[in-house]
Amino acid sequence: MSIRSNRIAGGDLIVRSQKIRFEFNGRKYTGFQGDTLASALMANGIDFVSRSFKYHRPRGFSASGYADVSSMVQIDGDEDTPNVLASVTPLSEGLTARSVNCWPSLEFDVGTALRLLSPIIPAGFYYKTFMWPHWHLFEPFIRKIAGFGNAPNSIPVRCFGKSYDYCDVLIVGAGPSGLSAGLAASRSGARVILADDMLQPGGGLLSSSATIDGKSGIEWVSEVVEELDANPSVTRLQNATAWGYLEGNHVVISERSPTPENLLRRSRRVWAKQVIIATGAFERPIVFENNDRPGVMQASAVSSYIRNYAVKPGQKAVVFTNNNSAYRTVSDLSRAGISIAAVVDVRSRVDDHVVKVASQATDFYQDSIVQTVYGNKRVTGVGIRSRETGRIKRKIDCDLVCVSGGWNPIVHLFSQSGGSLDYNEQIHAFIPAQLLQKSLVAGAARGRFNLRDSLRDGFEAGKLAAETIGLPVQAQPSLKVIDRFDAEYSIEEFWSVPPINRLGKAFVDLAGDVTVNDLHLALREGYESIEHLKRYTTAGMGLDQGKTANVTAIGIVAKHAGVSMAEVGTTTFRPPYTPVEFGEFAGSCTEDVVLPYRYTPMTEWHKSAGAVMFEAGARWVRPSYYPLSGESMDQAIQRECRTVRQGVGIYDGSPLAKFAIKGADSETLLDLMYTNSFQNLDIQQGKYGVMLHEDGRIFDDGVTFRLSDDEYLMSGATGNGILLETRLDSFINVERPDLNVLFTPVTSQWANATVCGPLARTLLESVESDINFAADAFPFMHMREGVFADMSVRIFRVSFTGELSFEINTPARYGLDLWTHLIKAGDQFDICPIGSEANHVLRVEKGFISLGHEVDGTIDPYDLGMAWIVSKKKSDFIGMKAMQIRRKNDDTRQHLIGLLPINSSELLPEGAPLISTIKSTRAEGFVSASVWSSTLDRTIALGLLANGRERLDETVYANANGTIIPAIVCKPIFYDSDGRKMRM
Amino acid sequence: MLLIRCPWCGLRSESEFHCNGEVRPIRPHSSSLTDQQSVQHTCDRLNFKGWIEEDWCHSKGCGEWFRLNRHTVTHEIDQD
Repeated sequence: MSIRSNRIAGGDLIVRSQKIRFEFNGRKYTGFQGDTLASALMANGIDFVSRSFKYHRPRGFSASGYADVSSMVQIDGDEDTPNVLASVTPLSEGLTARSVNCWPSLEFDVGTALRLLSPIIPAGFYYKTFMWPHWHLFEPFIRKIAGFGNAPNSIPVRCFGKSYDYCDVLIVGAGPSGLSAGLAASRSGARVILADDMLQPGGGLLSSSATIDGKSGIEWVSEVVEELDANPSVTRLQNATAWGYLEGNHVVISERSPTPENLLRRSRRVWAKQVIIATGAFERPIVFENNDRPGVMQASAVSSYIRNYAVKPGQKAVVFTNNNSAYRTVSDLSRAGISIAAVVDVRSRVDDHVVKVASQATDFYQDSIVQTVYGNKRVTGVGIRSRETGRIKRKIDCDLVCVSGGWNPIVHLFSQSGGSLDYNEQIHAFIPAQLLQKSLVAGAARGRFNLRDSLRDGFEAGKLAAETIGLPVQAQPSLKVIDRFDAEYSIEEFWSVPPINRLGKAFVDLAGDVTVNDLHLALREGYESIEHLKRYTTAGMGLDQGKTANVTAIGIVAKHAGVSMAEVGTTTFRPPYTPVEFGEFAGSCTEDVVLPYRYTPMTEWHKSAGAVMFEAGARWVRPSYYPLSGESMDQAIQRECRTVRQGVGIYDGSPLAKFAIKGADSETLLDLMYTNSFQNLDIQQGKYGVMLHEDGRIFDDGVTFRLSDDEYLMSGATGNGILLETRLDSFINVERPDLNVLFTPVTSQWANATVCGPLARTLLESVESDINFAADAFPFMHMREGVFADMSVRIFRVSFTGELSFEINTPARYGLDLWTHLIKAGDQFDICPIGSEANHVLRVEKGFISLGHEVDGTIDPYDLGMAWIVSKKKSDFIGMKAMQIRRKNDDTRQHLIGLLPINSSELLPEGAPLISTIKSTRAEGFVSASVWSSTLDRTIALGLLANGRERLDETVYANANGTIIPAIVCKPIFYDSDGRKMRM
Repeated sequence: MLLIRCPWCGLRSESEFHCNGEVRPIRPHSSSLTDQQSVQHTCDRLNFKGWIEEDWCHSKGCGEWFRLNRHTVTHEIDQD
């Protein structure tokens, strides 16, 4: 491929003295400082940059700025980034980019064969595969071809930043209206943030031939910018996209080249007293066959490449329009020395002014349309016809088609702010109507396309914003604007030219490969609402986000259905307006910065003892098991289990959620929170309780001890700590503020070393203490306070393992001392530390329930066979009514059961569905916990099974991803069923 | 994101707060409710378009509970 240079003289934004080397698809090129990757590529004769999403068609530069959704590339290097638009990427030394959506290369792409399949991948193809014949049939294929670039390989060298800003006036857009607004607001003394998403300020002025007070557009822009930059209360952000307008007049801005330079991106979250939306307008396409070929461009983009970057986008052009604005491009083409083969205007009558400009073209066709484009990797010509007849009248050779279908105000932010839109029949576009938040819309963003209007409108908005917040206002300066194209913007509504051939492709949405035929198909299939149509065809979704495709799609639907644009209405605009990297949401708040881990006072000891640590829920880091050298995980767990059942073990129970409750109504609170009664609990006595949600399902369980007359200590599941706190807090503050009760979360205040096993008492008695540990002096479910090894302690007799067990609590600062003392004292009893895994096995052997296993948010105490815990005497507790109502109607409930696999060494996978016959496909429950029990020397499991309690001794089957494992249903307890050991 | 005035801490970002929903009467005693009323109390909310009074808690700050009026369409807040 020979490389020709398309660079011409001029170019307001490039600095020819500064050459920049870059690489694209493995070849080396040079461009200039000020170029975008797109303009530099185009200058080097590269017009085919990517393959399209669905059909892998060749794509080039279709527009400029963020509207050019087809120029997507992957940036390689240390900070590789997928899916970057070449049209907004500043050229920098050593930049390395490559095409996306092609393999093995852009030129020879295997996926291109997909075009041959296009008749069988119609609109909604993806959804249809879910229905028939089976999604899995298509999945590998879709996964392979879907997506654009590749996710980054490594964490970027530079970091993502975040900042929170407050200002009087936030102005979005630094075009003519935004800059004017900035002048007005800043001269009033307002604190202003002016954010613009392009690489240079100026917007449409940069490529305009107009003069303001005798100055060129660019000169005027630099003067204004100089004034704004000299004002310390103005913050000007360039290459920064306001992508979300949220409630509270809160706008989120993505700064793509922030200072300092060690930041890769910065997310600015701005609260503004007033927001001025001066986002301008996007030129929209006219849709015709092969309108995606490289060389078909929006007219204004052609002007911009010529005037700003001195790049010739082609050698011979055809201009196709339905409005006056494209005639600026006709002049620009002629000035750049590009021959104009034809101007094709859909209108039958145009202004004299326009006719004069059109005379620069070889031919001027009115009342005519472009039917199709010829060429594959580049436009080679167009076929045009009159609007009346269907036949192509003439074929015109050209390599550039400049298209203008009119202009759409960029209403994304306004719409996100909650504002409503109206369809304006004059300019055939949706414009802002009703405001919802404290914002103003100025200039082209509300349909003021004329430069003089736009400047005035912006200044007025700036004035009004300043006035609203009580600042002195500035008089509107009178500007002398001379614009050769000052003629009224006039337009005739015209959206698309349907292809003659049914297989022809005319693209509404280039980014998502959505064609006119796709829209028509969806309409035929009964999708009438524009919201449904959008989702079904994906028109305007994805990268486009309604920048070029939406209004055209609405136009096509309105035409097809014979209704007005207003009746079709727009789809909802949602943030983000442009793609935002995940890093911007996180900033520096990643990993344990955003969710810190929690450690107990004994954590370091566990680690040095070789424990395998894990996150046990609620960010608590706990020991999983303590392997001895050469021991496998299973061996370690079994050894720990045996120790607890036969000798004495010790585990770190500090993470257990704990709440101190105090006040005259403490008992009333407990009686409301728990299903069972807490009346007449003795001081120093404890009781196990189950807590429901108001919907009658189990929320938590735990033991509560009475400390004094009006003081209790409540415990709950480790993972539920925060939820319990929130629940208690809202209950006593909002639902029952009349209760005289207070609570304090004290989880981290107490360290807890739990000594368990038949030798536990003997061990404790060997330590110096004023507490009598004898069974009759210190019975089960009681507590004692005292001194133990010179530490003040609270000891609770509660058991989670089913063995004799003492939970020794001491203020957190003594935790490690207590632990090491116990380990030392236990040496003669061969004490060993126990991790969570062994704890889990021991509790399954006892059939104790566990949150997230048996308690899955759907079950109540009766399902678990715990009718005894629901008080029959109480007339009220949380969830009582809902549970009663549901149990009136539900005949079949799932019950907690035990499972003994017939093959005693086979482990049922947790979560496996339970079925009643080998062939059954109807799940009647599931395996909730499954372990190897060293005590029983076999596998055991707990599960929930429909009517399970009535099905004891029945054989059921666990379906482990196709492997069917039979098991016998039994009572959900495998060890010490009368609970004598823990009461010892 | 909203800015919300905590009675103790002043104007703070919404992310520090927990919204407990619309202000409702004190939780009624279950025995005083028919089944119908109980379901209504548990499940039904006004979900009103316009100004509503809500309970909020400065949960990631001082923990204070307070009430505010919020417009559910415009998200305007009236705390005076």
